[in-house]
Amino acid sequence: MSSLTILAILIGAGVLAYFIGRMRSIQTCGGQQQNLHSRPSYHGYYLAILTALPAIILLAVWGIAERPLTRYVAMQELPAKVLQGSDAEKALTMSVVDTIAEGLPQLSPEEYEVLRKARYGFVTTSDARDVLARHGVVLGSDPDRSLLAAADELASRAEPAGSRCRSACFALAALGFVWGYSRIRPELRARNIVERVMRGGLFLASTVAVLTTVGIVLSVLFETIHFFQFVSPFDFLFGTVWDPRFATVGKAEGQFGLLPLLWGTLFISAVALLVAVPVGLFAAIYMSEYAGSKVRAFAKPVLEILAGIPTIVYGFFALSVFGPLLRDLGFNIGLEISASSVLTAGIVMGVMIIPFVSSLSDDIINAVPQSLREGSYGLGATQSETIKKVILPAALPGIVGAVLLAASRAIGETMIVVLAAGIAANLTLNPLEPVTTITVKIVSQLTGDLEFNSPQTLVAFALGLTLFIITLALNVYALYIVRKYREQYE
Amino acid sequence: MEAKVEDRPAMTVEQPAEPKETDDAAPAALGELKIKATDVNLWYGEKQALFDVNLEVFGQSVTALIGPSGCGKSTFLRCLNRMNDVIDICKVKGDIRLDGEDIYAPEVDPVQLRARVGMVFQKPNPFPKSIYENVAYAPRLHGLCATKAQMDEVVETSLIKAGLWEEVKDRLDAPGTGLSGGQQQRLCIARAISVNPEVLLMDEPCSALDPIATATIETLIDELKENLCIAIVTHSMQQAARVSQRTAFFHLGKLVEVNDTSTIFTNPSDQRTQDYVTGRFG
Repeated sequence: MSSLTILAILIGAGVLAYFIGRMRSIQTCGGQQQNLHSRPSYHGYYLAILTALPAIILLAVWGIAERPLTRYVAMQELPAKVLQGSDAEKALTMSVVDTIAEGLPQLSPEEYEVLRKARYGFVTTSDARDVLARHGVVLGSDPDRSLLAAADELASRAEPAGSRCRSACFALAALGFVWGYSRIRPELRARNIVERVMRGGLFLASTVAVLTTVGIVLSVLFETIHFFQFVSPFDFLFGTVWDPRFATVGKAEGQFGLLPLLWGTLFISAVALLVAVPVGLFAAIYMSEYAGSKVRAFAKPVLEILAGIPTIVYGFFALSVFGPLLRDLGFNIGLEISASSVLTAGIVMGVMIIPFVSSLSDDIINAVPQSLREGSYGLGATQSETIKKVILPAALPGIVGAVLLAASRAIGETMIVVLAAGIAANLTLNPLEPVTTITVKIVSQLTGDLEFNSPQTLVAFALGLTLFIITLALNVYALYIVRKYREQYE
Repeated sequence: MEAKVEDRPAMTVEQPAEPKETDDAAPAALGELKIKATDVNLWYGEKQALFDVNLEVFGQSVTALIGPSGCGKSTFLRCLNRMNDVIDICKVKGDIRLDGEDIYAPEVDPVQLRARVGMVFQKPNPFPKSIYENVAYAPRLHGLCATKAQMDEVVETSLIKAGLWEEVKDRLDAPGTGLSGGQQQRLCIARAISVNPEVLLMDEPCSALDPIATATIETLIDELKENLCIAIVTHSMQQAARVSQRTAFFHLGKLVEVNDTSTIFTNPSDQRTQDYVTGRFG
């Protein structure tokens, strides 16, 4: 019986307990429901929780702990030579043991006997290999006797331990049910108990997101610290040359200057904002102030579709259409524009973030109270005067927040720049030349054959952390501004 | 019955002197005819909100518009400075004349009209700017002041007229939104009179204020009417009785009765008016 089956049975038992609990509570009050402290359904939930929850928790703990425990016990059968070897060697040996152990339950008693004999040296281990091969367990060579012993231990322990766990789960469920059932009476505060459990569940759900974030940050942080053991933070943060070489050339031979990448990132983002802020803001003003309700109902979702286009598609577009177009255009007016340049990547990225600017600004402009507009109209101001002198100043902090959020999107954007910005780490002021960004270099350092101990690979984590800190700071600042603005009207 | 109701305002205009003989105080305070609305009908989409409203508003006096919620009094007020133009689905028919000039004529720009007919709203709505900038907003838009000194004077005069000067003269740079509710409303009044409008429309200006702030505003209205034509929408019949010289009673989008305030409250000719002012419905 697998853990999934047990889980299904426990859940089924929980559902059953719900109905029994309900019925029991009505019974105890003699049908006078107003005498119950909690409504019957709460008694139902109460009994269901007591029946299923502890058993499910036990099952989960067992599921997590079972494998490491039995493997540890089985490992003790292996010769000391293996146990003292490297982690990789141990893992390799244990995977053979696992394979054999998985095959064991399929053997007939006679065949199993052959294996037992092989384990204790009565027959050769190649006989055991043949027996296993008949059941689809193919081994590369004749297994060592110690391996057979370990596999035998693993298989023989896993089975009774599993059935003990099963019994324990069912016993716990039964115990919970009986105890809960005996406690159901009109004055039982079932609602309070159920709600406390529910609150715990909700809290757990929200913890998952927070813990994930913390986990990601920590893992990146540790790898970054690891990287700084090869390269000094000063060289990384203030180096002007990006030339990581290859891992095989030798450790720490390359130069890991962040500045060209940071500059490329900021330059492209600035071009993107130059495109997105005017277009997005004007679009937002049109949508919220001038557009009729029909135009608005049509145009706003369409504009938001732009945000739903995968960025890789923008990347294609930049690479295959916009880059060459810009290059030819430049050629005609005597400018030499590289097909992948700051301008190409920046403009396409700008188009990508237009919906962020326009949609957020639109919401913010709409949040300016209608009474301010009327106040201004009532004084004989025209619509454009009202927008310029009253609405935009009132909405400005929020719009700045929207722009900052868009900027952090632009800084973290990867696919467009991978395809359209180039890979040369130039420190240039010329927007017609290719540059590269932090994200592009993270991608290129982490693709291909990797050795996780070389600075060439680890630098990706340092870059990732840098990027994370920049966008985090921008987001926090943007949210601070947006929130401050919201309070003004409440 | 209906015809009789609609005739009433016209009669009052034709014989402005006649009530003077019978009733001494109120009619004497009325100035010249300022606004004359004839057969005003208004629709929000398919729904008709005003039916054949005929009303005169006189200068140097306060006209109160009363009636139960949803009776169209605010809607009518917003016709007088074409504020309803802002609402897409709103359609107005009829004739409204300011000093004999049709304000719905195609050549009239609502923007210029609104500089002549100021408005104060139900909820104080100061701009999120400084107190000074709130008052200077309209004079600056209309280019009324060439120099900073002139602007300072306009701001000061408006604030004095609105009775707010003494309270804010030391902190003109403070944000207008930081004032108390009653101060904010007086700031909005100062803002509205900064361009010397001929008419001031007030849409329940005290409904968001406490009784003390309300009393201050009412005193202010009394002073302002010396130079202005004021039309005020109010839910409070006591307020109408206190501040106005003439009162118009609206019901279900129709103007039921308009007369001197004292007449409306003591001796109304329509049963519905009688019921409303005595608190039997509304």
